[in-house]
Amino acid sequence: MKLSVEQWPAAYGEDAKPRKGFFTDTSICIGCKACEVACKEWNQVPPEIEGFSGHSYDNSRSLGANRWRHVAFIEQRLPADTNEGASLVQAAERGAAVDAGLASYQEGEGMRWLMASDVCKHCTHAACLEVCPTGALFRTEFGTVVVQEDVCNGCGYCVPACPFGVIDQREDDGRVWKCTLCYDRLKDDMEPACAHACPTDSIQFGDLGELRERADARVQRLRSEGQDRAHLYLADSDDGVGGAGAFFLLLDEPEVYGLPPDPVDPVRDLGSIWTATAAAAVALGVGLAAAIVGGRK
Amino acid sequence: MSQSDGAASPARVSQRDDAASPTPAGERGPVSYHGQPVLKEPVWSWEIPCYLFTGGLAGASAGVAYGAGVRGWETLSRRAWLTASAAIAVSPPLLISDLGRPERFFNMLRVFKVTSPMSVGSWILSLSGATISVAAFHDWTGRLPRPAAVARPLAAVSGLALSTYTAALLTNTAVPVWHEARRTLPFVFGAGAAVSAGGACAAATPVDCAGGARRLAIGAAAAELAVTQLMERRLQMHEEVYRSGRAALFSRVSRGCLVAGAALMGARGAASRRAAVAAGALLCAGGLATRWSVFEAGKQSAADPRYVVEPQRRRLDG
Repeated sequence: MKLSVEQWPAAYGEDAKPRKGFFTDTSICIGCKACEVACKEWNQVPPEIEGFSGHSYDNSRSLGANRWRHVAFIEQRLPADTNEGASLVQAAERGAAVDAGLASYQEGEGMRWLMASDVCKHCTHAACLEVCPTGALFRTEFGTVVVQEDVCNGCGYCVPACPFGVIDQREDDGRVWKCTLCYDRLKDDMEPACAHACPTDSIQFGDLGELRERADARVQRLRSEGQDRAHLYLADSDDGVGGAGAFFLLLDEPEVYGLPPDPVDPVRDLGSIWTATAAAAVALGVGLAAAIVGGRK
Repeated sequence: MSQSDGAASPARVSQRDDAASPTPAGERGPVSYHGQPVLKEPVWSWEIPCYLFTGGLAGASAGVAYGAGVRGWETLSRRAWLTASAAIAVSPPLLISDLGRPERFFNMLRVFKVTSPMSVGSWILSLSGATISVAAFHDWTGRLPRPAAVARPLAAVSGLALSTYTAALLTNTAVPVWHEARRTLPFVFGAGAAVSAGGACAAATPVDCAGGARRLAIGAAAAELAVTQLMERRLQMHEEVYRSGRAALFSRVSRGCLVAGAALMGARGAASRRAAVAAGALLCAGGLATRWSVFEAGKQSAADPRYVVEPQRRRLDG
């Protein structure tokens, strides 16, 4: 795993700050949703009540224009006792863990809870920013990706461009909205509201390089303690979005949490897109010429 | 805005995503989170497929007008400039009315970004709009001869870009059925532009002056059917998007209109103006339906997490 973090663009000169980000360690998320609430409060994000979803404890469903942090809840069935395929040793270990208070009764009975707080990834190669035709989306001096709401004209191009389905248009407002990594708080040397509110430090804020080192150590430790599916998501500068400012420690495959397993910035294929478009334009010109110039009246 | 369209699609939620029966950990988990989409559906509404059509019609008609002018076919050239100017006149209002903040449409010309086909397209549309307007104005009034002499070839060339850049706009997104068609969709849109321009110009021109437009319409309809077929075949798993829902409906309408329009144009278009008008209308309907089918396919593709997750998972698993 590469830990190098892309050099901060020279565009800001001496005003450039170290790249900031989030390390969301889902292994210690307790699903309290304090991050969702703190984000809404600080950023004055309007309410959006969609009713009871039936999706475990998740009634807010997904990130969107009016939800910049979203806590996912996944209920999984583990082979708990020998009838379900667990070994005697595994069953005994599970019982001991419950007795010692290291695992919940639900875990003892074979129920695994996964909880994870999702957020805008603030990608190194951010499709939303690249496709924005007005320049409303921009890269801040902290390396984060922010929408200028006084410039956005609601064209909606960033919405299908985002490989994570994060940014969306707010109805009755017309513009697009997403996490700003609390740009206003960062300017005053404060941590973002969600990280500040998180009671377990599942959401950690800081300099990206340092966060990645911390995450690497954490994933090593979890693996050594038997969580062999623990892995980092979006912490690799060689992935399809060049690594992200907000990355995650996951205990299962990304798609289980509603995240794309191998996201790619669509703008990476811009060369072949423009080449094919130019070829089609030439073909159209040849076709027109053949029909008009080449024939009789 | 349009999220409910996708939610209504029964094919959206995978069988394995039943939240009531948790998946055993350790096996390959569910392909999605409670059946929720991974991507956001495009928020664009009916104006956008209409513009995909009018932009192509304007761009290719400018080419017909210029080519006919070079050949000295004045009647066809004049009717084609008229067609192009009508189509280009309705295009910006369609785009502006789809904006969340229409009063800020001018922000489109704040920057020029090659990474944003919408930005590039705004400049192409501006150039096409200006040059087609000048050329058509000269054609009607005889005024501005010198600017018109410059504008005509510029309108023809920028029209080629206007007809095809919209494919770059759609394919430069994360929507699988669009992005995976990035090598073929520009040809679908280019052929569609030629179909509608040929059809509209053949309908707008007396039959004894419209031979060039008829040839274009028939040839382009054949090309459109062929390249659309090629695009769908090369989409592999994403091809099924064009076999379901509204994308399939518009796709069938498109094929029917193109075949009927081309056949009628070939059989009767040279003999009867009425037949030429009917054939032209069918071909334009076919061109519009093709664009609409592509537009709806994008929404359906974004709404189903399978189309996002499964190809990525296969890529990772090698």
